[in-house]
Formats: sequence, C-alpha cells, structure tokens
Amino acid sequence: MEHPLDHDVNELKTLLVTMAGEVERQLELAVRALVERDSALAQEVIASDATIDRREIEVDHRAVELIVRHRPMARDLRLVVAATKVAPDLERVADHAVGIARQAVVLNAVPPLKPFITLPHMASTAGGMVHDAIDAFVRNDSQLARRVVARDDAVDAMHEQIFRELLTYMMEEPRTIPRALALLIVARSLERIGDQATNIAEQVVYLVEAEDIRHQKPSEEARG
Amino acid sequence: MRDAARFSLDRVTCRYDGKVAVQDVSMEVPAAGVTAFIGPSGCGKSTILRCFNRMNDVVPGFSLSGEVRLDGQDIYARDTDPVAIRRRVGMVFQRSNPFPASIFDNVAYGLRLHTRISRPDLEMRVEQALRAAALWDEVKDRLDSPASALSGGQQQRLCIARALAVDPEVLLFDEPASALDPISTQRVEELVTELGKRLTVVIVTHNLQQATRVADRTAFFLLGQLVEMGPTVDIFTRPRDPRTEQYVSGRFG
Repeated sequence: MEHPLDHDVNELKTLLVTMAGEVERQLELAVRALVERDSALAQEVIASDATIDRREIEVDHRAVELIVRHRPMARDLRLVVAATKVAPDLERVADHAVGIARQAVVLNAVPPLKPFITLPHMASTAGGMVHDAIDAFVRNDSQLARRVVARDDAVDAMHEQIFRELLTYMMEEPRTIPRALALLIVARSLERIGDQATNIAEQVVYLVEAEDIRHQKPSEEARG
Repeated sequence: MRDAARFSLDRVTCRYDGKVAVQDVSMEVPAAGVTAFIGPSGCGKSTILRCFNRMNDVVPGFSLSGEVRLDGQDIYARDTDPVAIRRRVGMVFQRSNPFPASIFDNVAYGLRLHTRISRPDLEMRVEQALRAAALWDEVKDRLDSPASALSGGQQQRLCIARALAVDPEVLLFDEPASALDPISTQRVEELVTELGKRLTVVIVTHNLQQATRVADRTAFFLLGQLVEMGPTVDIFTRPRDPRTEQYVSGRFG
C-alpha cells in the first residue's frame, strides 16, 4: 500500500504539474494570438487567468496540509518548500501571458510594424525553459534544471537585440512608437518568463541536490 | 574552527551476553551544546549513552571493547573510578525516579554523598539546583514534602535538579520527556536547551521533532552502528545517507 506521506507528496506534485501544463498552454496561446493576429484567442487567454490564480492558492493549501499532517523532513520538506516557491513563479508566467495577450489585442487592431522574426524564437526559448524546468521537477533531474538556468542568457540576449531593433524604428519614425512600445512590453514579458523558469529550475536543484544555487551567476553580479 | 571534543569514541563495540548491541562506533561529542541521538528501538543509541558514564557496568553480561574518552581520559581504564566519572557525567532517565524522601533530600543526596558540606552551603546548593531546573518557584514553600507528591513533570525536573546539584560537566538524558504531557515536555525541552548553554548535553529521543527543537547536532544510529552525524538542520533537511533520509522522513520500516 502507498505510504500516506507518499500519497500526499504525489498529489502535491501532480497538482503542480497540472498547473504548469495550464500555464504553458496560456503562454503558447498568447504568443499565437500575437503572431497570428487572433484577438479572440487573446481574449480567451485573458479570461482563463483566474483558473491559474486558483491553482496557486490550491498548491499553498495542499502544502500547508502536508506540513500539518506529516511534518515532512529531508526531501519531502524540500519538496514542500520548493512547491510553494514554484507555484507563484508559474502564476507570474501566466500573468505575463495575459500581458502578452493584452498587447496582442492592441497590436492586432493596427497594421503590423514588421514581420515577427526574433520574437517567436524568444517565445519558444522562454516557453521551452518553463517546460523543461517543470520536466526536471517531475523527473528529479537536476542536470536538466542546471541547463535551464544556463539558457537564460540566450533569452536575455534576444531581449537586448529586440530592444535595439525597436529603438531604431522609433528613432527613425516617431509614428511607430506606440507599436514598438507594445512589442517591447511583449519582449520584456518573455524576458521575465525566462527569469521565472530560472527560479523554478533553481528550486529543482534545491529539491534534488539540497543545494541553493540562487544568486550565484557571475554575469548577474556584474550587471548589478 | 572545530569544537573541542568532550567525548571521543574509538571503535566501540558493546555486547550483552556476547550479542552485539553496538558495533564499531567511532565518534566525537563536542563539549558545547546539545547532541541528540536518534534511531529506531534497538539501534544502540541508549547503550552508547550509557557508555558515557559507565552506567552499563551494572548490567549483567555487558562487555565493551574499544575506547571511550572523557576529556581525553579513558573512562573504561582499569584505574578509572566509575563513581568519579558519574559525578562529572550525570544522567536523567525516561521515568522520573525520585528517592522516597523529601524534595530537599532528593536534591541534597548527591552533595551529602560526594562532599562534606555545611547546612547553609547545602541549602544554597539545593536552591541553586532547583532554580537551574526551573522548579524552585513551585516547591520553595514545601521542600520537606515527599517528592512523590509532585506531578510527573515536576518529578522529572526534580531528577534534573538532583543531577545538577553535584555540578556535573555533562548531563545525559535518556528520553526525558517520553512519559510527559506536552506542557511538561515543553518545560523539559526548554531546560535541556538552557543547560546546553553551559554543559555538555546528550539526549536520546524517539521524538524527532524534539531533536529538531533542542539539538545543535544529531547522530542517527541504525542496527548498532552510527550512520550519520551532523548539524541538526542538515540531518533533517539534507541528510547524506539514504538510510537517514528514510528514517527522518518517516518512511522507515
């Protein structure tokens, strides 16, 4: 028979994975709403956000329940701590997806500024980081988690590139400013999503290896 | 910097009637703070504890090989006086065991045994011990009452006062709170924490939460062997040995 502690631990993990699946889908749809200029889809994303918010609360409740019932130790304790930190990160990813969807609604109402090139690539990289971070969580794979952390630099570089490109548009033609700013907000959201995925991956390393790797990136220090 | 070792054990093996209860344990217990011994029943933790003041000597069929040193002195050496060791290393047991005597005489017993002492000095030392055991305020007006009239929790603190009266350097606790209600348990735990600030304290406990609350470091024993010892927070959040992980997470057995 399954140990009651294992049962509750598995339920908590399942809940988090369910939430992660929903968040990934939100992000995917938001990006598609933008790239395919589908405002109805964008509205769908905005309307679904409440579900994700409830999941975050549910994870917290389950975690507290688990602490009360089992007083978890060692890996179980680290799992509960990690779960309560991962859920808000996922919730924020979903918030960014809503942010992207809102900008999509704005941008879809006007002619496109330029063809999408870097942005979809950045979206799939950041989205892939979230996916892999959760995958690492499910499979207790801290090596995969460490690789997710390493990928954040690529997302940051794309953000930088998009920023410079849009700056050029704005400087050359002030009428492009509203659209360029909207696109900048989207790029900024994707950059933040990369950071959330990094946070999640860091929690996976803590869960698996009991090592806290947060705030250790030398490049991060240099940037201040 | 490493803490000075109060006890150092070198390849200690204990047997009862030839049957191995503790196998090849080498460890150091630092002088400062509280050390908890945890592990399932029969893992040898109490046997090890009893080696620290030769309490096992009185058990028929007990034998020990290896070395147990207290501040460098081999306490099982031929010329070591076990009574002198026990004056330095006091012990408090699971069931409180006051003598059938008054509260005062219980605490004064060891002082009268070990030293020639004037009545005023004796009274002062008894008061100090009862204060240190956080019992003074509850009993100061009835020191001549029989110890048996005290509650279970008070009796346990009386036993702690009795152990403290002879001014030991080490206090050993063998599940001191397992027979007590939660409030009395909390008082004993507070006392253990407090005493750990000036004495070497070693506590055997089945209550893992208790170990997390009172101990600076924790040692996990299994089947007569020391599996792992380290800072308490590490043992309970990031144990190195999978057997420790299983035990502290409640999946053992």
